Formats: sequence, structure tokens, C-alpha cells
Amino acid sequence: MKILFFASLRERLNCDQEEWTGTSDITSPQDIINRLIERGAPWDAALKSGKLLVSINQEMAHLSSDVNADDEVAFFPPVTGG
Amino acid sequence: MIRIQQADFNIQDELDKFRQDCPKIGAICSFTGLVREFGDRTDLTGMFLEHYPGMTEKALQKIIDQAYERWPIEQVSVIHRVGELNLSDQIVFVGVSSAHREASFAACEFIMDYLKIDAPFWKKERTTSDENWVEEKSTDQQRAARWKDS
Repeated sequence: MKILFFASLRERLNCDQEEWTGTSDITSPQDIINRLIERGAPWDAALKSGKLLVSINQEMAHLSSDVNADDEVAFFPPVTGG
Repeated sequence: MIRIQQADFNIQDELDKFRQDCPKIGAICSFTGLVREFGDRTDLTGMFLEHYPGMTEKALQKIIDQAYERWPIEQVSVIHRVGELNLSDQIVFVGVSSAHREASFAACEFIMDYLKIDAPFWKKERTTSDENWVEEKSTDQQRAARWKDS
């Protein structure tokens, strides 16, 4: 599973992406967040503060959507382009 | 046509493309967004624009497809710049052509309104003293929501 972070979230985490194996217990983006929060700072504060959007395979999704082992899951703050 | 690029674009060149081999069109409507000063601050020097390569193009194509379903439009161009930009630089271009003006006016605004809330771009403003990620505006959500009622 590929996990991506963008913009202010990427900076707060000092991480733009990770590759995960052994994801059989992960069924939703919320499961990913829960696992990241267990790492403590800065992950817990960054992932608990503000509005967080999620996409699965480059389509907007929800924290409760289904994810599979070979999916690309991205987390980011609300978009501000244009 | 969707282009995500660091380079600047020339509005007239983009408009001219609509007229090539397309005698059916009678109207072109376009919008150009610029880097501007914000709020009370006058010390903005520019901004950095980040995006999600791959998803950006998909999100924009989805918005364009919806515009084609709603209005009788001929061609659509969306250009969005990324990377470092300076004050008054062009950021985004949306152009739409159609036989009659109503369709291109409406579709251009629709595409821009949804680009603001659905396309994965993020702005980080740069001033003479600091840098700040731009927060989402509730007015952008409200503007896009208007199209659901019409």
C-alpha cells in the first residue's frame, strides 16, 4: 500500500510518502490514521488537527471507504488552487 | 485539454487555438486567475503551488466532463501553473468555446468554481517575513454549491 501526504500535512510530518506491506488488518483510511497516530509526535497532533481529506487511487474518498493492499491512499488538507 | 505546468502561458495563443478548424463556434469565454495581495497584507511577494500529479488531471477531467453534460459546449482548455510564482503572475486559465455565449459563460464559471474545491492544488503564500499555507474559504464551497440548485 502506498501512503501519500501533501501540502501543510506533508510539511508537519516531514514525510511525503511511505510504502507499507503487511496491511491485512487495514480496511479503511481511518485504520491507516490510527496506526500513524500510534507513532506519537508529530503524527498524532498533525493527523488530529484540522480538516483532513482523503483519496484512494486518486479519487476523493471517505475515512470509512474500503482500501486494499495495492491501493494508493493520500491524505491532505482542503484544496486551495485556482 | 488540460495542462499542469510551471511555465507561464499566453492568453491570446490559447484563445487562437479555439478558432482553428472549428467554424461552428461563435463564442469563447475565458477566465484568468492571478497571484494577488490578500487581506490587509501588502507584503506578499509570491506563492508556491503544490499539486497531486495524476489525481489533479483526473479531478479536472471529471469537472470538464460534467460541464459537457450540462451545456452544449465545443472545447475546453484548463491550464494551471505549479511551483514558485510571483505577485501578479498568471496562475490559472479556463477557456470554453460554444456556438452561443450562454453556454461558454456558464461552463467557464462552473469549471472554475469546481476547480477551486475539487482539484488537488495547494497554495503557500510567501511574504517578506514568512510563509503560510492558504486556508480554504467557505465562500468557495458556497459558490460551487449554487450549481447543484440550477
